[in-house]
Amino acid sequence: MHHLVIEGWSHRSSPLHARDARAKLGVLLVLLIAISTTSSQLSFYGYALLLAVAIGIARLPLFGLLERAVLLLPFIATFTLITWWSGQPVRALAVFEKSLLSGIAALILVATTPITDLLHGLESLAVPRPLVLVIQFLYRYLFVLSEQAQHMRMAARARGSRFHSAGSAVAVLFARSWERADGIYQAMLARGFAGRFYTVSATHFHVADAAFFCAVSAAVIAIRIAL
Amino acid sequence: MSAVKVRGLRYRYPDGTQALDGVDFDLADGECVALFGANGSGKTTFVLHLNGLLEGEGSVEICGQHLERSTLAKVRTQVGLVFQEADEQLFMPTVLEDVAFGPLNLGLPQPEATARAAKALEQVGMSAVIHKAPYHLSAGEKRRVALAGVLAMEPRILVFDEPTTSLDPPAQRDLVRLLQALPQSKILVTHDTGFASILATRAVFFEHGRVAGEGTVDEMVRRFHWSHV
Repeated sequence: MHHLVIEGWSHRSSPLHARDARAKLGVLLVLLIAISTTSSQLSFYGYALLLAVAIGIARLPLFGLLERAVLLLPFIATFTLITWWSGQPVRALAVFEKSLLSGIAALILVATTPITDLLHGLESLAVPRPLVLVIQFLYRYLFVLSEQAQHMRMAARARGSRFHSAGSAVAVLFARSWERADGIYQAMLARGFAGRFYTVSATHFHVADAAFFCAVSAAVIAIRIAL
Repeated sequence: MSAVKVRGLRYRYPDGTQALDGVDFDLADGECVALFGANGSGKTTFVLHLNGLLEGEGSVEICGQHLERSTLAKVRTQVGLVFQEADEQLFMPTVLEDVAFGPLNLGLPQPEATARAAKALEQVGMSAVIHKAPYHLSAGEKRRVALAGVLAMEPRILVFDEPTTSLDPPAQRDLVRLLQALPQSKILVTHDTGFASILATRAVFFEHGRVAGEGTVDEMVRRFHWSHV
């Protein structure tokens, strides 16, 4: 399961892992704004180099990360093709590059920040709590869904059939996942869950985090302006 | 004072199934009781009421406190529920975070919650996996971590729903030893009469949402022909 692999990466240690989630979220925001407002090809190379440096510093497996980035391709390709067919090939290429770079940047963030720290960071950056909760539950129930799908696929194979994403199979998958998700929610309530997730690691925004945010943001802005 | 006192408990599921039909039940301090009965006889529905996860008609008293909305939070700290599917109970990214989930919800400061989690993990012999993802553990390890998550809340009553499910014999043996060492009052929902006979001093038999009989484990097994042969 892809999200479990990424979750495993997020608990590793590196200078990038050590940075506060808020600093990394801030940098991601600056980078996304810069990428979305860029049209220069050279700038895209600059951002790509910056992301490659981040992957190196975080000691993330390059091919593993790219493999997960490939999952974004169907979405990226849709918008790229629509733009291409509307007679704007240069713009289509830019859409492709922007989407891919943005996706990889977000992947680096989640691969270097444990989900609880990330959500805690979002909450302390004044992102509405209901939205943070939705993200948390979506993330938690993702593994429920994929696990149920795996079980159904195995059961179908054991009976000499193939698991198709036909309407009925998907309906059964959702019904079973719903049941399972309800069980998880009951277990959470039983242990006093009252609508808020807490983290065991105390979060402190250090001078190093501020320096990281300033330095990387400056680099991003420099690429945006100079190239 | 009884640890648990239930009188006239009735519950009907939204689909119309009468799951509980006037259950009376008592659990003394430090006692261990096994709940037997066929699938669908109401055992699990009954224990879900002890933690306030289901709300039926009748009265439920936990450690002398009547269970109602205003006492729900406190009751949940006193009744630790270990679910049949350990996977459903483990939902945080690491074992430590999962076990500390309950104490943090109780409002304990982070260092204290972490200390409680570490102590509970030590109690169940799982200190070595503290930073592992719960999904990567074996069935027996998951069961122990799920128990640690409940123990970290320091409950007075422990409720186990089919605790031996998917455990191999050595893991079941370890679980028996572990439960024998715990001083809390215990309720075991189980089909495993051998497991129950080691731990429980009393058994209650459920049938069609009612208590059909109670006595020792052996008496219930004989009276209801509750064995494999």
